[in-house]
Amino acid sequence: MSRYTATTAEDLRAMLEAIGVGSVDELFDRQIPAAVRLGRALELPAGMAEQDVYAHLRELASRNTSAEDEITFLGAGMYDHYVPAIVDMLMGRSEFLTPYTPYQPEVSQGNLQVMFEYQTAISELTALPVSNASVYEGPSAVASAGYLARLANGRSRFVASAGLHPHSLETLRTYARGFGAEVVEVPLADGVTDPAAWAAAIDTDTCAVFVQQPNFYGAVEDVAALSAAAKEAVDDVVVVGSYDPIALGILVPPGECGVDVCVGEGQPLGNRLDFGGPSFGFFAATEAYLRRMPGRIAGETTDVDGKRGFVLTLQTREQHIRREKATSNICTAQALNALAGVVYLTWLGRHGLVELGELLLQRTHYAREALTALDGVEALHPQPVVREFALKLSAPAAKVVARCQEQGVNPGLALEDDVLLVAITEQRSRADIDRLTEVLGAAVAAEREAVHA
Amino acid sequence: MADASYPEDLLYHPEHDWARIDGETATFGITWFAQDALGEVVFFDPPEVGSSITAGEPYAEVESVKAVSDVIAPLSGEIVEVNGALGDTPEKINEDPYGEGWMVKVRLSDPSERDSLIDVATYTSQLS
Amino acid sequence: MSDTATIFEKGAPGRRAFVCPEVDVPQVDGLLPDRFRRSQPARLPEVSEPEIVRHYVNLSKKNFDLDSGFYPLGSCTMKHNPRLHERVAALPGHARLHPLQSPAHAQGALELMWNLERSLSEIAGLPHVSLQPSAGSHGELAGVLLTKAFHADRGDTRTKVLTPDTAHGTNPATVTMAGYTVVKVGTNPDGGVDLEDLRAKADDDVACLMLTNPNTLGVFDPNIKEIAEIVHAAGATLYYDGANLNAIMGLTRPGDMGFDIVHFNLHKSFTQPHGGGGPGSGPIAVSERMAPFLMNPRIVRSKGTAAEGGGLWRFDLRDTSEKSIGRLRGFQGNYGCFVRSYAYIRSLGAEGLKDASETAVLNANYLLARLKGEGVADKLPLAFGELCMHEFVLSGSPMKRELGIKTLDLAKRLLDHGYHPPTVYFPLLVDEALLVEPTETETKETLDAFADAIAAILKEAADDPEVARTAPHTTPVRRLDEAAAAKRPVIRQPL
Repeated sequence: MSRYTATTAEDLRAMLEAIGVGSVDELFDRQIPAAVRLGRALELPAGMAEQDVYAHLRELASRNTSAEDEITFLGAGMYDHYVPAIVDMLMGRSEFLTPYTPYQPEVSQGNLQVMFEYQTAISELTALPVSNASVYEGPSAVASAGYLARLANGRSRFVASAGLHPHSLETLRTYARGFGAEVVEVPLADGVTDPAAWAAAIDTDTCAVFVQQPNFYGAVEDVAALSAAAKEAVDDVVVVGSYDPIALGILVPPGECGVDVCVGEGQPLGNRLDFGGPSFGFFAATEAYLRRMPGRIAGETTDVDGKRGFVLTLQTREQHIRREKATSNICTAQALNALAGVVYLTWLGRHGLVELGELLLQRTHYAREALTALDGVEALHPQPVVREFALKLSAPAAKVVARCQEQGVNPGLALEDDVLLVAITEQRSRADIDRLTEVLGAAVAAEREAVHA
Repeated sequence: MADASYPEDLLYHPEHDWARIDGETATFGITWFAQDALGEVVFFDPPEVGSSITAGEPYAEVESVKAVSDVIAPLSGEIVEVNGALGDTPEKINEDPYGEGWMVKVRLSDPSERDSLIDVATYTSQLS
Repeated sequence: MSDTATIFEKGAPGRRAFVCPEVDVPQVDGLLPDRFRRSQPARLPEVSEPEIVRHYVNLSKKNFDLDSGFYPLGSCTMKHNPRLHERVAALPGHARLHPLQSPAHAQGALELMWNLERSLSEIAGLPHVSLQPSAGSHGELAGVLLTKAFHADRGDTRTKVLTPDTAHGTNPATVTMAGYTVVKVGTNPDGGVDLEDLRAKADDDVACLMLTNPNTLGVFDPNIKEIAEIVHAAGATLYYDGANLNAIMGLTRPGDMGFDIVHFNLHKSFTQPHGGGGPGSGPIAVSERMAPFLMNPRIVRSKGTAAEGGGLWRFDLRDTSEKSIGRLRGFQGNYGCFVRSYAYIRSLGAEGLKDASETAVLNANYLLARLKGEGVADKLPLAFGELCMHEFVLSGSPMKRELGIKTLDLAKRLLDHGYHPPTVYFPLLVDEALLVEPTETETKETLDAFADAIAAILKEAADDPEVARTAPHTTPVRRLDEAAAAKRPVIRQPL
């Protein structure tokens, strides 16, 4: 017996008698051949009491430098936004935390309605009519969109901007190798997708095109123009946009830019950093792709008494009678993380999301101006930015980062040799940005001196 | 449709499709067995008029709440008509699979293909 | 206000829950060209915090959940979710750690992941692990892509993957997504793989056989070693779907049975809460010959140095193999799930994990015995064999014939009794299937009460089948029109 099982000696006696065996061992002896029985204990440490497990996990936590321990400007797909306390409270409720996927809708109306509300929120955010109830996360959502396109028009050439997050590009390539598509990368020019190279890369063999907004280096892309160029070359191409959801407070939404499928990483919406997961991916599309959507979808209906209710719908694509025509293999969604997402969007509210976007726009500009005024620091590109930007340093970026961390400031992600990606959230005040400027300036100077010494 | 029925005047394809041949044209649909296995049909995605279909190959999809399935062409030819009413009332495929649930009408490209189809006795014996 | 009003139908203009920090920097105009600016805000609700809380708390009360009642959903392993795990996962050192933090500043996290990998490796009996996949079906995709890379590396192009006709729905979908064709293998009268059929189909065009053992019928295939020999002799890989791992921890290991690739569902055997449909986590363990193809990056360990803080070991994330299939997702996987599963494994230890599986199998066999003894057995007979592993499949066929109620009706009537029903109509091989998995965290009293409820429903149906046919009667909504939802889908609130 452990703290989670409850078979007393008396229970055991009664149960074995009812089954008609002499011991628990006999249940295994009769079903598992001796040749594959383990025959020894697992070589794992002995179990521990709850307080000891807690102490061990706390010790491990103490050897991580989290956003509590330093002023962080790390971004690149996941951002240190403030998660309101009501999200923790609601995610922790038994009724949201512990049930399974809603296969019995009569006792799952809470979860199904949350899914419906989440789908509505994502549809509003993206200005696209159709959203599913979430997928795993950002980069695999990009790959899923590729699979949708492949099944839709049957072609096998993907054209992707180099402005996509490297994890999205890599994941797209891995999946594409599986279902037989090639990925052609279009370079950036001046920090955004090169329009001439983009147009040149797209031909009548192109299945889908991919662009990220803002792109990996923080630049705002002209998605409408890129989309129009793609559709001019081949009218049934699938335009896939991978969007930062927070930026959709102030950026023109994908539904108004000719994007057919909008995906993205949902972590910034009410989810913790958690060293990269779990979070959720959002997946929205035009009406034409409704029946090709992967993942779970909640739909409205009525019960036998005429009462409004919700069910999982359009599930046909996940199983079928005769052939393997599923739109995806996704079984689990990210229901709890999507709950956090819709609660967060509700908490921000119609105007809060816009105000947050304006705040980030202003602080990001302020940060970029202050940092590029430093010696040895210039902007990697001149494009408009919303909440993240890239700097070119005249010193090795990784070493500069290490020096800054010694001062309790994480200036951002070191890329290539000398590029630094800096992200701003509402938790980074002007004072924090001023401190970053001070620390980064000193670090760059020290590194340049170290080189010359 | 409550009881199993398999009209004698039709020809059948083992993948649960039927053909009613009328000179150079034929009408296709799915059998009682197929609609029963699918459950209530909610969506039928027809091919375009004018497109060519090939015997033994899928030409459309039919969706129920629990499953989506290929519809297999019993014979080859060119689509001359599709049953547009199924857009609003796809449940006709369940209620009347051989009548109002018809799916497409085809001008046959190779009428001799009918020899490879099976009769009602052969089809129903394969079901059990 | 109807109690089914969505949050979008609540609130009023001007209400808010979020107070935006002041713009504390000089405001500059024209930072964003007009053509990039959103002209109309997304029509999110305008509500205060109390309204949000009341709305979602009331929604939650319409859910049946595992903390509240018995949830014997076969194949899902609905075991208790220990709350210690929520506490440790919320520690800021874990919860607020950025995935791109430099490894030197994430040694606790990397060590946790390393330890979890070693634990899963020991449980599976296979040496190499990747924690990257997001859930079970993602792990399956990884397994099939690994198989593809393995064969390609040998200059071998095979096109088929074998799965038993009892396989879970995502197996065929995954196989197609990876560019293979599915071929079904038959099941013998005892519920195991039909060896004759397997021998006939395992040719040099078969890349892989995907199995779970025990299978979805709750049967442990006694021929597993022979199956492995047939598959390996054909040059194919053997993949283990870990959905049913809860039956065998510490008793047998997929690696010892001959599997090349094993996937785990941390949200099944390892207590990651199901969350109403995710998140999950689907790590995989592989044999030596599959290791070069594992996803990048891997966790690597080297000796620590005094300069690095003097710890015994130093952990890093590195791309270690050129033959890797690459990435299947961003960052390194669902770390929040790793924390919880690791806490579980450290809580139970070797003995506790074995106790969990032993008790899971004991509980399932006891519940089966109770259902046999009640005069229930003639209406709901066991589909295969006499004993079972951690779950069992009953067929509602006789019940349908003799009492006129289907498995679906039985399930709906169970809702009125305060239970979540078992899995229905899966596996497809069994007519009117009812797949029951009690798990080890249920008491004998609960199992007894459930058996009594089944007996009571059957007795009631003998008198008046209409009650079950029109069930449930006591839930927040009654039977819902799923066909209408699929015919004319309404998947968002119109505004």
